Amino acid sequence: MSKMIDLSKEADEFLKKIEELSGEKITSCIQCGICSGSCPMINEMDLTPAQIMLMTLLGQKEELLKSKSIWICASCYTCTVRCPRELDLSKVAEALRQVKLRLSIDRIDINKMDKADLEELPPIALVSAFRKFTG
Amino acid sequence: MRIGVYVCHCGGNISEVVNIDEVLNSLKNEHDVAFVKDHEHLCSKEGQEIIFNDIQEYKLDKITIAACSPQFQGPTFKTLMERAGLSPYLMEMANIREQSAWVHYDDHKKATDKAKELTKMAIAKVRYNEPLSKYSIDIGKRTLIIGAGIAGIQAALDLADSGIKVYLVEKDPSIGGHMAQLSRTFPTEDCSACILSPKMADVPENPNIELLTYGEIKDVSGYLGNFHITVNRKPTYVDAEKCTACGDCADVCPVELLNEYDGNLATRKAIYLPTKIAVPHSYVLDTEHCLGLNPLACGKCQEVCKADAINYDLYEEEIEFDVDTIIVATGFELFDAKEKPEYGFGKFKNVIDGMQMERIIVSSAEGNPLKDIGKKIAYIQCIGSRDKQIGRPYCSRICCMYAIKQANLLKKGMPDRDIYIFYIDIRAFGKGFEEYYNTAQENGVKFIRGKVAELMENPDTGKIIVKAEDTLNRQMIETEFDTVVLSVGIGPSKTTENISNMLKLARSSDGFLQEAHPKFKPVDTLVPGIFLAGTIQGPKDIPDTVSQASGSAARAIRLMNQGEYFFDPLLAFVDEEKCDGCGLCVDHCPYNAISMAGKTAEVNTAFCSGCGSCISYCPKDALDLHLYTNKQLLEQIKEAVINKGDEPRVLVFADDMTAYRLADNVGNAKGIYSPYSRIIKVPSSCRVTPKLLLQAFHYGADSVLILGTETKSSPYPHCQEEIERSVKIVHNILKENEISDKRLFNTTIVTVMIKKFSGIINTYTDLAKTLGPIPLEKREKLLKDLGKKIFGGSHE
Ligand SMILES: Cc1cc2nc3c(=O)[nH]c(=O)nc-3n(C[C@H](O)[C@H](O)[C@H](O)COP(=O)(O)OP(=O)(O)OC[C@H]3O[C@@H](n4cnc5c(N)ncnc54)[C@H](O)[C@@H]3O)c2cc1C
Ligand code: SF4
Ligand code: SF4
Ligand code: SF4
Ligand code: SF4
Repeated sequence: MSKMIDLSKEADEFLKKIEELSGEKITSCIQCGICSGSCPMINEMDLTPAQIMLMTLLGQKEELLKSKSIWICASCYTCTVRCPRELDLSKVAEALRQVKLRLSIDRIDINKMDKADLEELPPIALVSAFRKFTG
Repeated sequence: MRIGVYVCHCGGNISEVVNIDEVLNSLKNEHDVAFVKDHEHLCSKEGQEIIFNDIQEYKLDKITIAACSPQFQGPTFKTLMERAGLSPYLMEMANIREQSAWVHYDDHKKATDKAKELTKMAIAKVRYNEPLSKYSIDIGKRTLIIGAGIAGIQAALDLADSGIKVYLVEKDPSIGGHMAQLSRTFPTEDCSACILSPKMADVPENPNIELLTYGEIKDVSGYLGNFHITVNRKPTYVDAEKCTACGDCADVCPVELLNEYDGNLATRKAIYLPTKIAVPHSYVLDTEHCLGLNPLACGKCQEVCKADAINYDLYEEEIEFDVDTIIVATGFELFDAKEKPEYGFGKFKNVIDGMQMERIIVSSAEGNPLKDIGKKIAYIQCIGSRDKQIGRPYCSRICCMYAIKQANLLKKGMPDRDIYIFYIDIRAFGKGFEEYYNTAQENGVKFIRGKVAELMENPDTGKIIVKAEDTLNRQMIETEFDTVVLSVGIGPSKTTENISNMLKLARSSDGFLQEAHPKFKPVDTLVPGIFLAGTIQGPKDIPDTVSQASGSAARAIRLMNQGEYFFDPLLAFVDEEKCDGCGLCVDHCPYNAISMAGKTAEVNTAFCSGCGSCISYCPKDALDLHLYTNKQLLEQIKEAVINKGDEPRVLVFADDMTAYRLADNVGNAKGIYSPYSRIIKVPSSCRVTPKLLLQAFHYGADSVLILGTETKSSPYPHCQEEIERSVKIVHNILKENEISDKRLFNTTIVTVMIKKFSGIINTYTDLAKTLGPIPLEKREKLLKDLGKKIFGGSHE
């Protein structure tokens, strides 16, 4: 069995934060799933868009920030134009990315990079890599 | 004789299963049949006009219509007959929809064969129909309403404003029912007491309403137009006219007990004001808890009452009156969550039910909360609903919405409250309900799909630990809450059993009272002149309750405004030529309708209820029943069994009140049963005589079933005893002739037993197949010396 969910104060605060950052009322989601069914990227996702909504409501921060889906969302708005509660999921994904980015976790440490690699890589690629893999 | 025969397609309902052409061909050469026609919809205006014109043009004497159940369109065609100048009783219907097309759609050939035979049975009967007329009784304008919740109040006001005299009987000391306890009402959030109290106040003001609070219906006798009512009225010991509701009495009363009105979260005294908006607005003395009046033990309240309103020397009084119609509005009972021990209701102080939360919300708004509920609150839906474990498989229809309402009100009062609603499905079906649900979501109320399995109490903090599955994402949740609210469902009020037995009303499988037809007669009952209003018929919210109450008032007014009510002439009669004046029948009518008039017996039609039980006692076949004569039933029996060929035949005598309607319900539900069965409608099971039963076997029935109404809900309580007597006689005769007595079976049923009905029919078809047909020699012997066999030597 996976771990028990505790509907703690922190869980509620996380939900509030995502609601604030996205401007979307996550508690309004009725879990109809039309977003997931409409998403062109669904095959690449580990959590479906509807799952993201529910898990955000339950404040499952850790699982959400680990998920690939929030990066895979292409902001195509297919879900958004179909959601019966007029929710904008791309904004929710963006909010989750924001939270993750703000954790400022660096995945590339320049000091640990191979010298040969450093010489070979164009500086512009390095800069993008710093940006993209931060968090 | 010229009989016009019509076969209906019912817009495919019949014709998609039954081969109509084959049916038409098989009937063309029937004796007495002038012609056979078919039509898409005989009940339509066009269909009716065809029959109307045919009657005129071809001088038809009688009509047979093969279509739906006579229960359904019978009245339409009867009216048509009258319009065409014929007696409405010269028409018979063959029920080839509910009894063939809808129940044998798995075998078109058998369905067609059965449709032919059912129509021939109807023709066989109609040949002997007589041009009877309806008979009528006078009805006045008086109504009894039982129960004064919002349903009873609304019905009373509607009736009284239309000039009807209303007796409103309420068992509690104040009217108002459950609505008087509510905070605000979904989805508009109007204050419940504020919208209810003006209506309550109108009741005693209305000159047409006689309000009898603290009253209990002791007895009801009679029938539509002439119900005789006895009410027992308990004294409150306080004169409502004098009481100023100052409360001095309660201040000195030494007895303190829990107040049911506040969900037992507060206390009251033994002398108390039932609610702040009580009508009559007076204190009442609760003798069950008062230290004692007889002999007087305390007497403090009387001493302090400045208005001199308290009088201990009062006794229960019995009030009797007559009414023409009755509306039952006895309402609902909240589910007692103690029946589900896993939720610890009554044990954990922070587990409360929905009604207690209503009272907490009201008291908090008044600045005096009954209980501290904290900030983190969970609701658990469907407690005592949708749960077969406790015999409540139905949805209570109000608890989703009241939980949403309470959550909204609690959020409004304190926006940082964290509220979770654990649900199985959210049922927001009414006008404005889905929008209101969405408002709760927008207010931040969190909905989690999954029914909480159990609750535990944290012994140190008293907080409640909730364990549930988030069934949408399949993960387990375990969390502590300050308060857990059980959204309890509702059931019929406790007094229903008593009331339904007294009024002979049927109950549906969920225990609520049953309406006459789920679609077209939702407020009528099967008893003429008795109507239903509000939650006693099934769970509903206030708007539905009020609509239904107004509906029942309108139905009652419609009936009473006609001034007279027409009955079918379902009455016993004596054939004076056959009656030899033995008088055996006289003692056997439970309604004392038979007496001797000179040399023959005579039936008093004012008393005869049409049960038909007397007929079994007449050795001369002189007693008979209009609409269901011996000859008519015999002809139907013959037509049903004589041409069976190699097939088995199960003959079913189905009583009008229950079994015949159940067969229709089985049809509506498209339940399949054996096509070898033939149903013959009788007014009651005791109309079936030993002679008819033996004739059935004689002519070729392989098994015979008699299906009737349970004694407690039957209009003829003596009926089961009578038919059991007849069945015993026939069982003995069968055994004497070495025929298995298993072939004849009598039982009672209720109109919801759809599976049971099919089960019984199939069982007896199988039995008929196993036993095989009764050999001809044995059958021949059955009718020999019949009089002696049935009546013994006593009648010469
Ligand atoms: C917690 C809760 C919250 C609710 N909130 C809402 C809401 O917000 N909006 C809404 O629309 N609905 C709400 N409802 C539903 C609403 O309460 C009912 O629809 C309504 O009260 C039904 O009225 P009634 O007259 O049928 O029954 P009741 O209110 O039960 O009235 C029946 C009356 O009959 C009396 N009685 C019973 N037996 C006898 C007898 N044998 N003889 C004489 N009198 C008898 C009873 O004493 C009672 O006064 C809520 C229900 C609950 C439980
Ligand atoms: S489409 Fe909208 S309402 Fe439906 S699951 Fe997705 S976010 Fe929720
Ligand atoms: S009974 Fe008398 S004392 Fe009690 S409330 Fe009424 S008037 Fe006041
Ligand atoms: S109304 Fe909602 S809570 Fe009540 S029984 Fe129906 S589904 Fe359950
Ligand atoms: S039909 Fe019933 S009520 Fe009528 S006379 Fe016979 S026994 Fe009496």
